[in-house]
Amino acid sequence: MHRIGIFAAATILALSGPARSADAPPGATSCTGCHPATRADTPVPRLNGRDAAQTIAAMTEFRTGKRPATVMDRIAKGFTEDETKAIAAWFAAQKD
Amino acid sequence: MKRINRRDFIAAAAGAAAFPMPAIAQGDARVVVVGGGFAGATCARALKKLDPRLTVTLIEQSRTFTACPFSNAIIAGLRDLKDQQFGYDRLVADGIAIDFAPATAVDPQDRTVTLSNGTRLRYDRLVLAPGIDLRWDGLPGYTEAAAEAMPHAWKAGEQTLLLRRQLESMEDGGLVVISAPANPFRCPPGPYERASLIAYYLKTKKPKSKVLVLDAKDAFSKQGLFQEAWKALYPDNLEWVSLSKGGKVTSVEPATRTLVTDFERYRAAVANVIPPQKAARIAELAQVTDRTGWCPVDAMTFESKQQPNIHVIGDAAIMGGMPKSAFSANAQAKVCAAAVARLIAGQKPDEPRLINTCYSLVAPDYGITVAGVYQPKDGVLTDVPGAGGVSPTNAPKSTREAEATYANGWFNTITAEVFG
Repeated sequence: MHRIGIFAAATILALSGPARSADAPPGATSCTGCHPATRADTPVPRLNGRDAAQTIAAMTEFRTGKRPATVMDRIAKGFTEDETKAIAAWFAAQKD
Repeated sequence: MKRINRRDFIAAAAGAAAFPMPAIAQGDARVVVVGGGFAGATCARALKKLDPRLTVTLIEQSRTFTACPFSNAIIAGLRDLKDQQFGYDRLVADGIAIDFAPATAVDPQDRTVTLSNGTRLRYDRLVLAPGIDLRWDGLPGYTEAAAEAMPHAWKAGEQTLLLRRQLESMEDGGLVVISAPANPFRCPPGPYERASLIAYYLKTKKPKSKVLVLDAKDAFSKQGLFQEAWKALYPDNLEWVSLSKGGKVTSVEPATRTLVTDFERYRAAVANVIPPQKAARIAELAQVTDRTGWCPVDAMTFESKQQPNIHVIGDAAIMGGMPKSAFSANAQAKVCAAAVARLIAGQKPDEPRLINTCYSLVAPDYGITVAGVYQPKDGVLTDVPGAGGVSPTNAPKSTREAEATYANGWFNTITAEVFG
């Protein structure tokens, strides 16, 4: 009898949509307006599949002004270190 | 074991309570998106990617989308209209159903959208991304017929080409007049990028000519950067008249291409009238517009404050500090898609963070930007303090060239994401 209850709960779980872990952290989906998710003719680097440490290092240097920038110095200041880490990790896991 | 007894039902109910019950069985959930521009097409694709089980239908009246960003370069003869045009094949390949017909009615109670071909679509969530309509009642004398003599060119396509042809056939020494509207309107730096690129065209092709901007405002987007560039590049070919200097156009006379202010009458060889705007008509029919003509929305989900289950994104929506740009529309669309997928699944949407980056060309090799990062604060999308801002003034030529290069890259990237 318990099994029916567990089955029902599992069914509801399965129907309840994409796993939360796959959801993009706040801010991440805006990035692909300039950083191509697939392929595009632009000098701007892809973030999808990029090593998280590289993205975090770049963002830190943009934020502190150590790395020359056009717009990224202004954008990096809108994200804390922890927020940047979450975004970098999410992009690192995006393979397509 | 043969039948579910009361105890089993309670166990199942407890399971459901731990994982909030979906509002609707998700495999059957239907999302209808009205408008296939930067906001709508992005949202439809993002929804399908987030949850392939969703039935996503896009309603769009035209089989070819003509993008506004960079259309000022067409007017100045620097670009072809076909470089701005995109089709919807890749959206169909993603599993999105597309109905190429205008939406003519929305019933928020029955949750249906009706199309001009008679089709009626039920929705669980509706996303309206209809863009703008020009206010034909907003400037005395400026009617749809007047736009043939004095093009607005504020929706890219035939109007863009018309303004270009008028410039090309103008004799050297002619006066070009641009009338810029009061806020809010689509693409806040657009009139000034246009003035810049027209001045570039005049300087290189018709140097005795001049472009005059008559403005209903005293301040505008990236003003310091534009004015710095105008002084350096176009001192003889471009003049801006602010509201307080009498720049507000109060009526137009299309037969003579005359623009009238409180103080002067300007007879133009070429007149570009950018009239006041509002959310496109279907937003009014869906009862999601307020007295301003635009659509107030929740800052977390972009759900209408006036009608449940209808979300509004892009130029039609009131988005706090975010400007009406293609970048904003694309960013809002992805946040909206995530919120809609969550809501359909009975989950709570995350608090969003959004970015806008907006490039303008002052000359083909001279780009400037404004950027911002936004989050909800007291129910309004607000600039994250310390972030954002415009390009530096007094920057070296290499900075302006780099921003022009990035501007081109941006256009390629965003159109690849939306249509490629």
